Amino acid sequence: MVTGHVYALTGAVLTGLGLFAFITLRHPLRQLLAINVVGAGIFLILGGLGRGPDATDPFPQALVITGIVVAVALTAFGAAMIVRLAEARAATKAATRPDGGKPGP
Amino acid sequence: MTAAFDIILCLLILGTAGIALFVRDALAAIAFFIAFGNLLGLAWLGLDAVNVALAEIALGAGVTGVLLILARARLLALGDDATCADTSAWLRVGALAACGGFVLLLAAAVLSIPPESGLDRAITPLMPALGIENRVTGVLLAFRAYDTLLESFVLLGALVAVWSLAPAGVWPGRPADLGMADGPMRRVAGSFARFLLPVALVMATYLVWAGSDVPGGAFQAGTVLAGGLIVSAIGGAIGLPRSDLPGLRVALVLGPLVFLLIGLAGTGFGGFLVYPEGLAKAAMLSIEYSLFLSIGATLALLVTGPNVIGLADPAGGTERKSDC
Repeated sequence: MVTGHVYALTGAVLTGLGLFAFITLRHPLRQLLAINVVGAGIFLILGGLGRGPDATDPFPQALVITGIVVAVALTAFGAAMIVRLAEARAATKAATRPDGGKPGP
Repeated sequence: MTAAFDIILCLLILGTAGIALFVRDALAAIAFFIAFGNLLGLAWLGLDAVNVALAEIALGAGVTGVLLILARARLLALGDDATCADTSAWLRVGALAACGGFVLLLAAAVLSIPPESGLDRAITPLMPALGIENRVTGVLLAFRAYDTLLESFVLLGALVAVWSLAPAGVWPGRPADLGMADGPMRRVAGSFARFLLPVALVMATYLVWAGSDVPGGAFQAGTVLAGGLIVSAIGGAIGLPRSDLPGLRVALVLGPLVFLLIGLAGTGFGGFLVYPEGLAKAAMLSIEYSLFLSIGATLALLVTGPNVIGLADPAGGTERKSDC
C-alpha cells in the first residue's frame, strides 16, 4: 500500500468517527469538536490522494490551508453561539425565579 | 519516511481522535483534541506538506484548542460542564451502522483513486514567471488567488458574525477580558508575554517573507501574531481594544482590501487578479503582509469572542448539569 492511501484511509476513518460522535454526543461543544475531526479527516483524504511518488500536489495543499482557516472561523462562530445561548438560557432561568432574578444557582 | 512510521502515526491519530470525541470530561477531550491536531501536523510532515503542517499545528491545534478551552470555561461559569447524558442504545447502534457503512464506501472510493501529484508537474514550469519558489504560496496567491481572496473575506465575515452576538447595550465596547483572575499566575503569564510578543512579531514577519520560497505564508504568520496577542491579553500585558477603534477597523480590513485593490488593478493587465509581469512577487508580498496583519488581529478577536455583560460567579453554578 502506498503512503498516500494510508493517510487517505485514516482520513476516511476519522470522518466516520467524527460523524458518529456528532450524532451520538448531545452537547453542542462536543459536536463542534466532532465537526473539526470530520474536517480533519476530509483534509487528510485530500492530501493523501495528492501524494505522488516524489511530491505532494500543491493544489490540495492550498485547498487544505484554506479549509483549515475556514474551519477555525466556523469553530469560533459556533463556540460564540453556544456560549451566547447558554447565557440567554441562564438569564431566562434567573428571570423566572421567584426571588426576583438574582444570578446564581 | 518508512511505512511503519506512517502506520503507527495513523493509529495514534485515530486513538487520540477517539479519546477526544468520547472521553467524558470536556477539558480532557479538548486536551486530546490538541494532541490530535499536533499528530495531524506530523502526518502532514509525513506527506511532505510542511505548509499545511504549520497551518494545522498553529490553527487546527493551537487556535481551535484555545477557542474550545475558553468556550468550555465560559460554559462552566454558567453552570454547564459540557458532559453528555448517554444517548439511547438504539441511536448508537443505528449511528454505528450508518457511519460504518459510510466509512466502508468512502474507503472503497479512496482506494479506487491512485494517489498522484499531476498538477505539481503542471505548475512547475509556471513558477519562474512568479519569481517565487514555494508552489503552495503560488497556488494560494496566483493560480487560485480568487479562493484566497474570498477566504480572507470569510474570516472577516466570521468576526462580524461573532461580534453580532454581543448582547444589546454592551456594543460598542471591549471584548471579554481574557486576563487570568489569579494574581501570581497572571504576572507569570504577563512577563512571559512581554518576552513572547516581540519574538512572535519577528518570527511572523520572517514567516511571511520566507513563505515566498520555503514553507511559511500569511496565514501561518498571522496565527503566530494572534498567538502572541492572545498570550499577552491573558497575562494582562496588553488590553484588548474597543471594537469601534478606527485603527482596529483599519487593521481588520487592510488585508482583504489591499488584496481586492491589487486584484482590481489586475484588470488593467489582462484580467481580475492578474499580476503585471515582473511585479508579481512585489504584488504578492504586499498582499501577504497586509493579509498577515489582518489575519493576526481577526484571529485574536475571534478567539476572544463577542462583548459580554459579565459572567456569573464561576464558583456558584458548577453543580448544575447541562441540559443535553
